Amino acid sequence: MTAVASAPAGTAVLAARLRQAVGAERVLTDHAQLRTYECDGLANFRVTPGVVVLAESRQHVVDTVRLCAEAGVPFVARGSGTGLSGGALPVAEGVLLVLSRLRALGPVDPDNARVVVEPGVINLWVTRDATPYDLAYAPDPSSQQVCSIGGNVAENAGGAHCLKYGFTVNHVLGAEVVLPDGSVVHLGGTAPEHPGYDLLGAFIGSEGTLGVATSLTLRLVRVPEAVQTMLVGFSSVEDAAGTVSDIIAAGILPAAIEMMDALAIEAAEAAVHCGYPAGAVAVLVIELDGPQVEVEAQFAQVEQIALARAAFETRIAQDAAERALMWKGRKSAFAAVGRISPAYFVQDGVIPRTKLPQVLAEIDRMAAEVGLRVANVFHAGDGNLHPLVLFDDAVEGQAADAEELAGAILELCISSGGSITGEHGVGFEKRHKMAVQFTPEDLDTMQLVRCAFDPEGIANPGKVFPTPRLCGERPGPRTGEHPVQAAGLGEVF
Amino acid sequence: MTTAVGPRPGTAEDAVVGVVPGEVVRPGSEQQVVEVLRAAQRDGRSVLATGGRSKTGWAPAPTSADVLVDVTGLDRVVEHTAGDLVVVAQAGVPLAALQEQLASAGQWLALDPPETGATLGGIVSANASGPRRLRYGTARDLLIGVTVVLADGTVAHAGGKVVKNVAGYDLGKLYTGAHGTLGVVVSTTWRLHPVPAARQVVVLDLPDPQAAGPLAIAIARSTLTPVAVELQAVVGGAAALVVVFEAIAASVTAQADAAVALLGGGRRTDALPEGFGQRPGGPDDLVLRLAFAPASLSFVLAALPDGAEVAASACTGVAYAVLPDAGAAALEGLRAALARHDGTAVVLSAPLPLRAGLDHWGPVGDSLGLMRRVKDRFDPERRLAPGRFVGGI
Ligand SMILES: Cc1cc2nc3c(=O)[nH]c(=O)nc-3n(C[C@H](O)[C@H](O)[C@H](O)COP(=O)(O)OP(=O)(O)OC[C@H]3O[C@@H](n4cnc5c(N)ncnc54)[C@H](O)[C@@H]3O)c2cc1C
Repeated sequence: MTAVASAPAGTAVLAARLRQAVGAERVLTDHAQLRTYECDGLANFRVTPGVVVLAESRQHVVDTVRLCAEAGVPFVARGSGTGLSGGALPVAEGVLLVLSRLRALGPVDPDNARVVVEPGVINLWVTRDATPYDLAYAPDPSSQQVCSIGGNVAENAGGAHCLKYGFTVNHVLGAEVVLPDGSVVHLGGTAPEHPGYDLLGAFIGSEGTLGVATSLTLRLVRVPEAVQTMLVGFSSVEDAAGTVSDIIAAGILPAAIEMMDALAIEAAEAAVHCGYPAGAVAVLVIELDGPQVEVEAQFAQVEQIALARAAFETRIAQDAAERALMWKGRKSAFAAVGRISPAYFVQDGVIPRTKLPQVLAEIDRMAAEVGLRVANVFHAGDGNLHPLVLFDDAVEGQAADAEELAGAILELCISSGGSITGEHGVGFEKRHKMAVQFTPEDLDTMQLVRCAFDPEGIANPGKVFPTPRLCGERPGPRTGEHPVQAAGLGEVF
Repeated sequence: MTTAVGPRPGTAEDAVVGVVPGEVVRPGSEQQVVEVLRAAQRDGRSVLATGGRSKTGWAPAPTSADVLVDVTGLDRVVEHTAGDLVVVAQAGVPLAALQEQLASAGQWLALDPPETGATLGGIVSANASGPRRLRYGTARDLLIGVTVVLADGTVAHAGGKVVKNVAGYDLGKLYTGAHGTLGVVVSTTWRLHPVPAARQVVVLDLPDPQAAGPLAIAIARSTLTPVAVELQAVVGGAAALVVVFEAIAASVTAQADAAVALLGGGRRTDALPEGFGQRPGGPDDLVLRLAFAPASLSFVLAALPDGAEVAASACTGVAYAVLPDAGAAALEGLRAALARHDGTAVVLSAPLPLRAGLDHWGPVGDSLGLMRRVKDRFDPERRLAPGRFVGGI
């Protein structure tokens, strides 16, 4: 566990102002209560925040952000805290702004296929409310029962069905955002193509570093006429990966193609008894949806492709219950791995789909070299790997080895032409890897956007970018030295 | 590699919305673009980039155009990895040329703006789309990586070569539709799609265009998966609703049957009707792009004057229209009516004398200040396509 600097509360004055503005019952400063919020889903980084604000309205968010801006105190937005990159890791002495009580949802506008939600709304609730109109919210992260739409927007969350439907950014049309100076802007809307820069596109996926979303306009999709799901067992990872490439090459765009290797299958089996094919070295969960005739014809074609790649079992879900069981094995895999290993790191690298066989073999080799096990469970259709590096934190040095292996896997993804993150975000954890994936000029250019939204750098500082930066007063001459620069904590940008 | 051509003095033929550039240069490489921009920075000169020049009228006249950078010399398709359905191509590659090359692998870039000669860089910068946006989205949905040369000559990449990627800010979206005011796009990376095997089209003639509104909603709420639903109409006159299915043969046949049943009629064909996907009007017309909440198509048609020619992407909330009694007052009246449906109207084309009196972009809302701050960071001296964007950016 890395203890990231924690300091005693020096924020008493700000806390008093916050209490006055949003109500004492929504401001936490008690150490035991603050510690509840010290990490997100990535528990190996922990920081106790100075103050926690439990916002219940847009005005609470505006007041909190404005008071932070006045005091020059950083704030970190938090949704459900399920993030896996330390994005909602608090800043010591800073304010953690919890949005999970902002939960207004709807009503659904079925003719426009839109719904307006507050950021604390849980992902799955949107589809629940849309279902009576035969509509659904397409982005479906495995954490969808608990993660918030605000967190999804901040991470540009994906999910199994993103292969066909796209990511959060393709399904969010408008946002109300509280900027880091406390002002409110409206980006996008119900209609497409508002004149001006696509600031909404830049905001989505910005991991809380550009402001706080207080309302989101979501696009809903029509529930398809037919859905069919198939579970396919293989005796080799290469055959499974080859099947994925062959399906895509045949011009078929499945709703989802998910892959699990032997270790991940073993874990899922032990945890949820999903009944995956015995002896499989790899399985694919393949789902097709759309018009009935199309799904039927392409489903038969997919089965032939899998058989041609030596699949030893193709099992077709006969009803909703069987389909749910197939997905249960996949969706519970992360938690399940926790039962076969005392600890593990989840990674989220992306590679070009065609490089799956080589990269998986190389990961195997790298793991064997350091004597660790890696379970693979991932979105194979879009090359988004989730290698789970298993280790025992009771064994001296193993955590460090595992962390190093996880890092090396990400660099392998980059050198294969991919990315360090497909959906979990850079956050705190991977910020240094940004300098491997991007040139200093690329990162400086992203900072231009950061500086336009947040010149004082108080929105979730220390995330996404490898080095803390300050925004010079551009354009025009600079005046004096910024205190943070004087203290040697950042360079002026 | 093409070598740089020019600089040569600008002529009337190089004019952009009536403004003749001081000089024209046609770089043949990214490095040459960098050099042009560095030199312009040094000399404090304004820079305007053009591609196929098919949409130069989509933004208002620049307030200054010292150097026109013609990017059509950047015409290489750098890399097509068919197995990954990804292509990297320079900004000056014409869309049509790219499609031709991709077709040999049974793939295409799922963008179908009608302008002939359009280049990839121009399509990104103007955010041009066509009928199939209903299925595939627009440039912002398909562009997965981009390289831009900034005002000071810095080369900046964003995104990458994989479809799924959330590392860093998604600057490709910011450059899309920015009309060259943040930088010169030099290279683009795209997600591709397989070319569908078969097509069926259902054409329904409507006595009154208004009838299209409820029909479009009915289609959107059905399980049909058309790639395009287009309304071609003259307000107060004739109209046709064109529903296009592109998929495997069995599917398009079954869906066309279902569409005829749903619409209560319609002719079936496998060819697209004449003028499909074309924008109405010509260079001497006031042509607008309207965007609105998708279910308000009927209201939008009602707000247009009789005789207005319209081509609408009927299920997406986008329409192109010619205003017959072209004038600033008519445009403002239309904007006021559209505003009730989150609607906007921007100018795509207008006779030169009329332009000066028009508010090209219309109201932008409360984020204009933030847009200006973005511009100030990227181009503090305001030398890139000055005056071409919202709020005088
Ligand atoms: C078991 C498990 C499975 C998962 N599976 C997936 C998956 O399939 N796909 C996927 O994409 N992710 C997955 N995740 C990761 C995580 O659930 C997502 O990143 C999710 O989007 C985070 O939402 P949250 O509400 O928990 O956000 P948090 O963790 O609270 O915050 C995440 C980031 O968003 C910012 N933020 C939160 N709310 C706002 C707001 N209103 N405005 C601005 N910034 C805000 C925070 O500052 C932080 O940077 C999984 C996580 C777990 C634990």
